[in-house]
Amino acid sequence: MSTFRRTTLGLAIALVALAAAAPLLPRWAMFLVIISLAKGLAALGLLLLMRTGLVSFGQGLYFATGAYAAGVAANSLHVGDAALMVLGGGAAAAGVAALLGLLLARYRAIFFAMLSLAFSMILYGLLVKTPALGSTDGFNVSPRTLLGLSLASGPGRYGIYGVAISSAFGCAVVLDRYLRSYLGRLAPAIRDNELRVEYMGASVRNVVHLNLVVAGALAGFGGAITALAVGHVDPEMAYWTTSGEFVFVAILSGTASVAAPFAGALVLEMLRSFAYEHAPNSWQLVMGAAMLAVILFLPDGLWSVFRRRRRAAT
Amino acid sequence: MGTILAVLVDGVIYASWLFIIAAGLTIVYGVMRILNMAHGSLYALGAYAAASLAGAWLRAGLAPIGTYAMLVLAAGIVGVVVGPLIERGLLRHVYGRDEVVLVLVTYALFLMIEDAVKLVWGVESYFVTEPYGLLGNVELGPLSYPVYSGILVLAALVVGVALRFGIYGTRYGKLLIAVIHDREVSAALGINVNRVYLVTFTLGTMLAALGGALTAPTVSVVPGMGVEVIVLAFAVVVIGGLGSMPGAALGALIVGLVRSASVHFIPQVELFSIYLVMALVLAFRPRGLFVAPEARKI
Repeated sequence: MSTFRRTTLGLAIALVALAAAAPLLPRWAMFLVIISLAKGLAALGLLLLMRTGLVSFGQGLYFATGAYAAGVAANSLHVGDAALMVLGGGAAAAGVAALLGLLLARYRAIFFAMLSLAFSMILYGLLVKTPALGSTDGFNVSPRTLLGLSLASGPGRYGIYGVAISSAFGCAVVLDRYLRSYLGRLAPAIRDNELRVEYMGASVRNVVHLNLVVAGALAGFGGAITALAVGHVDPEMAYWTTSGEFVFVAILSGTASVAAPFAGALVLEMLRSFAYEHAPNSWQLVMGAAMLAVILFLPDGLWSVFRRRRRAAT
Repeated sequence: MGTILAVLVDGVIYASWLFIIAAGLTIVYGVMRILNMAHGSLYALGAYAAASLAGAWLRAGLAPIGTYAMLVLAAGIVGVVVGPLIERGLLRHVYGRDEVVLVLVTYALFLMIEDAVKLVWGVESYFVTEPYGLLGNVELGPLSYPVYSGILVLAALVVGVALRFGIYGTRYGKLLIAVIHDREVSAALGINVNRVYLVTFTLGTMLAALGGALTAPTVSVVPGMGVEVIVLAFAVVVIGGLGSMPGAALGALIVGLVRSASVHFIPQVELFSIYLVMALVLAFRPRGLFVAPEARKI
């Protein structure tokens, strides 16, 4: 079986398992899974960028764009359908990424990181000072239907959860396919030596630009799903600490597999809810120490542990 | 006329504060190639240490004028204790890694220090307003400014002159320049590069802490106060050019004036005007105002 088929099969099993578990999960656990998948989507975009050799400290920009776009669609444009809101959020974020990519695609290494950070802080500053979008408080978002079904009663309660798991599944499969395509395989080549990639006849800037748009769209989906699940958006989503958390998840899970960011985000969210209850003031200490340990001892992320064992076995 | 004067004075005061912090960030990057995300946390550490020391001084019933010495002493202590601890304990093991990896390492450090501060000082806020109010106000035409702001400007000037003299006028400064230009050749020539790194990071930490210590009397010292500072300092050094000391000075002045101008004329854009300038500078001078572009290597 090819690795692509195996990955898709693994993801499909995870999808079915999550869907089957829905009636058994208490409300808080369901919420936790949704938020993890949403953050996992943003981290999935970072995975693509990291394979291209870029670390963005500004994915919060697209995350917030997706969330606000979903909110504006529901409140001002009267699009109350959850699926449409998520699609709109992703599309808005992709549009912003396409625009900023004109500039960002020219930058590498820390300059890329700093410029993406600056852009996300610009959005943060804009949102905080825009009364129409609720300034520092943000505003409430309430999806009403999903594909025509009401979200308020009956099986509709699982609507957002369904949107989250199916978006995560769809994005992971498509991204996996993309990573194995001609364009996707250029990403690690660009990371290794972009001048040689250009000598081979490929346009580095176009590939980087495309990857920025894909990563932006993924973060936008994540943001829109978060807006649906929380029922509220605020400027903190664009603040650099939000972006830092995505980087954290991406580093922790590594770039080996498209499933890794979701697993990483889930572990992080579970640890967080546990730590908030028992040691609210030393939670970041643990997070920082874990990140250091991964950077120092497992440079390819936690997922690489599985891979190493598998290679050793065969 | 009054507004213009206010913009200039506010801008210079803000720039002085920024310069002290950004100077530490840029010198650490220039010598060690580490863009230190934990710089804001070191700033917060300085503020907490200053609040504690100055508070202890006042509680002991000593003359309030001595609190100024306490502020500086706090910065010194944080630099000498925390700087070597981080450099020896952590950074030493990651030298030579990719610059982006180093950013991530210091990001992890940032997370850890943020909580370490909460564990040591708790989550309540601290106040030491004595040094701020002690000197009264000074009239500047139609405007009234606290004399303490003048001390801040003075401190920035002292830091700038001392760094300039220290780097270009002393033997150790020349060693530093050699290390900045080529680490390996310097080591081969017999310069103790490890010690230069240690001294540099201690100095950088001290400057961050000094920025925090001098700010402590003007604000309430609370958890998370370093979070915003780090992105501001980034903006300053990126505008001037990473690793460039004149760049840090000019960047601080630009950011300071832009911010005070936007506060006075269009307050809605205050928060993002700085980052807008940073993005604009990066768009036209990708390596900042004071650093020449680098050729691409095959």
